[in-house]
Amino acid sequence: MNSSTPYIVEIRNVNKWYGEFHVLKNINMQVRKGERIVVCGPSGSGKSTLIRCINRLEEHQAGDIVVDGIRLTSDLKGVEAIRREVGMVFQHFNLFPHLTVMENLTLAPLWVRGIPKKQAEETAMHFLERVRIPEQAQKYPGQLSGGQQQRVAIARSLCMNPKIMLFDEPTSALDPEMIKEVLDVMVSLAEEGMTMLCVTHEMGFARTVANRVVFMDKGEIVEENEPEAFFHNPRSGRTKLFLSQILKH
Amino acid sequence: MAVETMAREPSRSLSWNDPWVRGIVYQVVVAGAVAALGWYLVNNTLDNLQRAKIASGFSFLDRESGFAIGESLIEYSPASSYGRAFAVGLLNTLRVAVIGIVLSTVLGTAIGIARLSSNWLIAKLSSLYVEVIRNVPLLLQLFFWYALITENMPGPRQAANPLPGVYISNRGFKFPLMAEHWIWDWCWVAVGVGTISALWLFSWARERQNQTGKAFPLLWPSLGLILGLPLLAWLFGGAPTKVVVPELRGFNFQGGGSLTPEFAALLIGLTMYTAGFIAEIVRAGILAVPKGQWEAAGALGLKRGPVLRLIVLPQALRVIVPPMTSQYLNITKNSSLAVAIGYPDVVSIANTTMNQTGQAIEGIALIMAVYLTISLLISAFMNWYNKRVALVER
Amino acid sequence: MTAETAPLPDLKPPSSTIGPIGWLRRNLFNSIPNTILTLLALWFLWQIVPALYDWLFVRSTVEAADSRVCRDAGGLCIAFLMEKHRLILFGLYPFEQHWRPLAAMCLFLALILATCNRRFWKPWLWLCWAMGLPAVGVLMWGGVLGLRYVGTEQWGGLPLTVFLAAFGMVFAFPLSILLALGRRSKMPAIQALCIGYIELIRGVPLISVLFMASVMFPLFLPTGVSIDKLLRTQVAFILFAAAYLAEVVRGGLQAIPRGQYEAADSLGLGYWQKTGLIVLPQALKLVIPPLVNVFIGIFKDTSLVVIIGLFDLMNAAKQALIDPNWRGLAVDVYVAVSVVYFVFCYGMSKYSQALEADFNKSHR
Repeated sequence: MNSSTPYIVEIRNVNKWYGEFHVLKNINMQVRKGERIVVCGPSGSGKSTLIRCINRLEEHQAGDIVVDGIRLTSDLKGVEAIRREVGMVFQHFNLFPHLTVMENLTLAPLWVRGIPKKQAEETAMHFLERVRIPEQAQKYPGQLSGGQQQRVAIARSLCMNPKIMLFDEPTSALDPEMIKEVLDVMVSLAEEGMTMLCVTHEMGFARTVANRVVFMDKGEIVEENEPEAFFHNPRSGRTKLFLSQILKH
Repeated sequence: MAVETMAREPSRSLSWNDPWVRGIVYQVVVAGAVAALGWYLVNNTLDNLQRAKIASGFSFLDRESGFAIGESLIEYSPASSYGRAFAVGLLNTLRVAVIGIVLSTVLGTAIGIARLSSNWLIAKLSSLYVEVIRNVPLLLQLFFWYALITENMPGPRQAANPLPGVYISNRGFKFPLMAEHWIWDWCWVAVGVGTISALWLFSWARERQNQTGKAFPLLWPSLGLILGLPLLAWLFGGAPTKVVVPELRGFNFQGGGSLTPEFAALLIGLTMYTAGFIAEIVRAGILAVPKGQWEAAGALGLKRGPVLRLIVLPQALRVIVPPMTSQYLNITKNSSLAVAIGYPDVVSIANTTMNQTGQAIEGIALIMAVYLTISLLISAFMNWYNKRVALVER
Repeated sequence: MTAETAPLPDLKPPSSTIGPIGWLRRNLFNSIPNTILTLLALWFLWQIVPALYDWLFVRSTVEAADSRVCRDAGGLCIAFLMEKHRLILFGLYPFEQHWRPLAAMCLFLALILATCNRRFWKPWLWLCWAMGLPAVGVLMWGGVLGLRYVGTEQWGGLPLTVFLAAFGMVFAFPLSILLALGRRSKMPAIQALCIGYIELIRGVPLISVLFMASVMFPLFLPTGVSIDKLLRTQVAFILFAAAYLAEVVRGGLQAIPRGQYEAADSLGLGYWQKTGLIVLPQALKLVIPPLVNVFIGIFKDTSLVVIIGLFDLMNAAKQALIDPNWRGLAVDVYVAVSVVYFVFCYGMSKYSQALEADFNKSHR
């Protein structure tokens, strides 16, 4: 991707408050199609809030967010249109516990896209194979391990054939031995050219996969750079401090 | 050889230190004590009954009751038997319970959702309702409504007339009814047929969606079936429009439909009281669905309606249904308070019967049998439901 | 090489989202349906609140000889409540002796309040109860210390309601523990007995149990023996409450993790040691809030004794209505009595919520 590739996400001068608390301060960020961006920063820095604003799970109070050419407002039609095209993976998976894995995967294609059931199931099976758990299709989420659940959650988003994938700390709730299986899936997604925005502390993932690393602290974007430069030559003292804490061990 | 000895069961010595032996002894002792107590009580009772020359057994059910009953769903007169009087009471209990269940579910659900509203005023008002209703005894509320109707409403001559043909007085509520006509029975049949075909339409739409992926709009066609078929039947019957409006004759109204003050007070009291509890159950059920479920469903692009129907309700219902059924059971049991305001439910009739015949044991046994049957039926349903919806976990 | 940038300052949110206006916009007028709801609610309040105010304060009558004055004024008849409040609160207890049930009830409530406070959970609390209960008895019955004897048939009003509920609960509690343990027992006969009892009682309305106590129970006794009606009713309440409490206690027992049982077993504790020292203390602590809720239910249910003719608060209020001078004031009395019940029940439910919050805090 080069500078002629169009922006798919544009965030301009976005501000957000929780009551009196200023969580997002004048955020500016652009994402081109096919870019892979890792957002990192200490907890409470507003990084999760930022990517949750992109599919309007959170409302921003000032500034503009334009996703895939649609400006986010309180207009429900626009929000629904954007959510169809933006996949999201949550820290706690948020699979639907009363539905089987297969039903979790086909729910949105059936009800949102209006795809016939048979076809939706074929697509679902395809993505279950991609995340390497086709044998779990008829089980319920409660019967799967955390890593398997998160891979199902990724497959669930992929079934909607999204243009962008948002990852909100997808590995933070996982046991160490399960982190790799989820990261592997994410890496392979990246290799296929999916546009990705990841909030994560997995610096190894950021180093190998990201085009850009965005560092947030206290609600603002402090630094934004290519991984190589970001890790070896951070410009800001706050970034250095953060990196030294997270890479110490 | 060695294997043989190892495989043998550890020997069971008949000693007091063996928990198995102890268990048997305890159980024999307890069962014996209960049986002895039972025998003692039965013996005393038989003795007392003989002494007081009170008959026993259920033969009194065939005798003439000799008392009148204020309202009845089936034909009844003082010349009818005690058995028939019980049937009247049972039907009256079921009538107030069933209507109360429907109304309190609707009201309670609305209030429960209102408590979660983002509208501050609505949320506060509904929690005020819940707090007040739940913290005042039901019996007191029944007395209150009954007094409000019989003492504070005007007499029939000055009856309040909020809508044409509707009169509210201290004799209860009077409202217009359609005049008798053979087609009305068929209209009810049409409602049933319409409901069944609407259900069929639902499954057909499901199937079609699975095949083609296209959702079928269900609201209007199913409403059309449920309401339209009776309308057609009505037209077919010559569209009778004759209405019987209650008219004041002498000291009371004649004609039309009516709710007695007793029934109205009981129904209002039961409904409002139970709604307070149902509201809390509904609220807890909805709160039990984690926020992440709403978010995940929304993030997939589902609209609010399908999110509620496909994701939130199925999960909330498994939390809601068990306590809800016990509220339904409560409303049925609480309808027995009818005896205090003179609505002829099964307890009230049993009470009259006991006073007339002196056969207290049989009367109370009948009451208990009725309620136990109802509660066993409801528990059986609940067990079946819980098994059906239990979440599969590892 | 590092170019240090100062952190951006925290800014105030736009004025439309904070302050009273922001609050109104967020909580009352954040969408069109919500605005409509708000307006409906305001209209509803406009209909109710002024009328209620009128009834309570403007049209209420403080001085009146009979009900006609009150009914003409069209408001709350305070005069009537003032004349009858002693009858309502103390029932048929001899009028000049009313200080005795009052003192007894206050003493009793003080004991209960002290027991509700965890700071007082010390051995001397037992001593207080051991001294307090006989004192309550002496005050109520009399017959000693120069107090006139007053039989239970004359007891009534609020003290009766409080005693019925409190003693019902206190005696039902140990019974309910046994029932709950029995229901979880591995001995089939005992389990069947307990399940049968619990489900039988929970399946029938309280009124049928009360009928049993008042009409059927005398038949159970050997000829010539009779038991006081109040005592019979009290026993009925105990038996009734025990079944409901047993289910609550069972819930607590089920919440104790298996590991606790296994740990107790591996220490070599016997069944009663295991239950008394390990399981019950944890389980009971867990179920205190739902226990209070059952108690609220029992407290409200005492009003049912009206139907079998005991003079509790509810029935005393009905007695006040019989006076031919004060006809047609039922609503006034019922509202007044509701307030009494509400104060008790609401207080208890707040206590249970506070306990629950406290409990959640200390266990997280």
